[in-house]
Amino acid sequence: MDRRNFLKTAAAISVALPNGKTKAENQNVEKEFYGVLVDTTRCIGCRSCEVACSLEHNLFVPDITKDNAFNSIRDTSEKQWTVVNCYDTAKGKVYVKKQCMHCWQPACSAACLTNAMFKTTDGPVIWRENKCMGCRYCMVSCPFDIPKFEYHEWNPKIQKCKMCYERIIDGKKPACVDACPMDALMFGSKRELLEIARYRVYSHPEKYEPKIYGEYEVGGTGWLYLSPVPFDQIGFRTDLGNTPYPEYTREFLYAVPLVLFGVPALLLGLNMLTERKNEIGKTEELNHE
Amino acid sequence: MNNSQSIQSEIKRFLKFFFQELKPQGKWLTPFNIITIPIIIVGLIILYFRFTEGLGSVTNLSQKYPWGFWIGFDVVTGVAFAGGAYIITFVVYVMRVEKYHSIVRVTVLNGLLAYIFYAGALVLDLGKPWNIINPIIGNSFGYNSVLFLVSWHFLLYMIAEFIEFSPVIAEWAKFEKLRKILNSLTLATVIFGITLSTLHQSGLGALFLMAKPKIHPLWYTEFIPILFLVSSIFAGLSMIIFEGTISHKVFKKLIDPKHHHSFNEIIFGLAKGAAISMFVYYFFKALIFVHGKHWDLLNDFWGGWFLLEVIGLVLIPCFMFAYSVRNKSLGIIRVASILSLIGIILNRLNISVITFNWNVVDKYIPSWQEIVVTLMVISCELWVFRWIVTRMPVFEKNKNY
Repeated sequence: MDRRNFLKTAAAISVALPNGKTKAENQNVEKEFYGVLVDTTRCIGCRSCEVACSLEHNLFVPDITKDNAFNSIRDTSEKQWTVVNCYDTAKGKVYVKKQCMHCWQPACSAACLTNAMFKTTDGPVIWRENKCMGCRYCMVSCPFDIPKFEYHEWNPKIQKCKMCYERIIDGKKPACVDACPMDALMFGSKRELLEIARYRVYSHPEKYEPKIYGEYEVGGTGWLYLSPVPFDQIGFRTDLGNTPYPEYTREFLYAVPLVLFGVPALLLGLNMLTERKNEIGKTEELNHE
Repeated sequence: MNNSQSIQSEIKRFLKFFFQELKPQGKWLTPFNIITIPIIIVGLIILYFRFTEGLGSVTNLSQKYPWGFWIGFDVVTGVAFAGGAYIITFVVYVMRVEKYHSIVRVTVLNGLLAYIFYAGALVLDLGKPWNIINPIIGNSFGYNSVLFLVSWHFLLYMIAEFIEFSPVIAEWAKFEKLRKILNSLTLATVIFGITLSTLHQSGLGALFLMAKPKIHPLWYTEFIPILFLVSSIFAGLSMIIFEGTISHKVFKKLIDPKHHHSFNEIIFGLAKGAAISMFVYYFFKALIFVHGKHWDLLNDFWGGWFLLEVIGLVLIPCFMFAYSVRNKSLGIIRVASILSLIGIILNRLNISVITFNWNVVDKYIPSWQEIVVTLMVISCELWVFRWIVTRMPVFEKNKNY
């Protein structure tokens, strides 16, 4: 779906919504999750994306000319939703942007007991302040340690990248993608992005690792990465597996209704059985007397 | 007309009685008060800062350690210790083993207070506690969350425990009719309560299933929920032994001498139960370990730490329980119950805090404020416990039993 079609769909949905849901739902089925392809071979470490992100969301704007940020490996924080790190590898310096991966089946939203963490139908995973109770279970569950908590606020927020959800709804690209001067970031549907990523790997096998990070990891992520070197050398965890994280609790949750109905029945049965036993015991005692 | 008047006069009588009972009894300057009153005052001051300047001002929690001592000890461990209530109500009301009837009331009271205070301590840890109502009413149901299930079960179980305990309150307040009605609800609430317990004891373990890449492989297993459930059995039984031994010393005057004698018999029965459930638990642990093929992981610090927990604080107290039941040795049972309680604390903290992000450099160590607040919660619980047992018929054998 290109942007024009997307706008049409969005317009159709907004018209259809008040009239009835069926039309909108049918169109939702055709909708694909958006994502971003990060080509680390193109990134020059200019950090325009960091600045654009912070300006867009009123966060801390780093002084990219003076702060010597590449001297250490940084993590995203409650003040900055995205950071670029530099890794020294056999193929030279590799710059890697870090932010929320926008998993297809996010652990954080499966963990959230109030639906504050929410996977939108457009792909971004967003956080909704009025629902959140601040339990931080999303932080425990996220395999990438992305949600960050404001520990020094009386009314704290969870801070994380939301893939500029409002901009996407308006038909725009995320701020970081717009700001990238090297086309290292590309916005689109995951299907399109995978095609482009595979094409690049096939046509320049000497330049790329033959792997697209995020294609299968944790069940697939919205953000995809290409790298010139193995991914564990540029700060990625390669031991996360391909199982979507909500799967790990699914069996337990499926067992809940069984236990809720099975155990009381069992207990009642046991209770009646012991009653019978006591009665039999009593009558036997009587007989003996 | 006549009826409503009598209800009014009943309520008036109760309120007068209640305010009379609120007054402290006995001496003020007991060692217990001298220790706990300063703790509670300091705790309240810490909580003032926690609610005005954020969790970071008093805790050592970080982005890598979102859950610390308050969750790992107060909630996860506290709930395991409260497991005694569902075990004893199962034995007495479902299996009708009359031997344990005399400890039902105090055990249920302990369970109820543990849930109110330790699960209540969860509120202190929430960033936005005023939104705690969201998963319960409104349109914010996260059905697919284990925490959603656990929080609902906490709430329902507290209600069930309260109903189980309510005949005692009615007896104390001399609401004779109400007591009969509440008494008739006991079996239903017991069955409901046991079902909820099996689910949330295991649910507390299931919370950590999605933390797969963060918990040390010696502790992470897909069977965490089953391990939590089985270990809550001997956690609860050991707690009854530990707490009962202390209660029988402290509240000696309230307990009739006949009961003192039968309590020893009860302890031997509980110790037998603890030994069996601990062996089952140890067997599960060993099976999971062998299947995980983790022999190589035993060589470093974490391997030793794991063996300390599983051998030193599960298998050894298990044998001690079994030995002392055969030889009728109360002393060894007491030591074994303390060891197994330490084992439970270690196990729950290992999964929720200690081996969580075990390869991170900046390890989390609880701040003194976190520990003081935990002590404050325990102190408050003991105050309420003392208030109730010195006024309500918790220990006394009653004719209406």
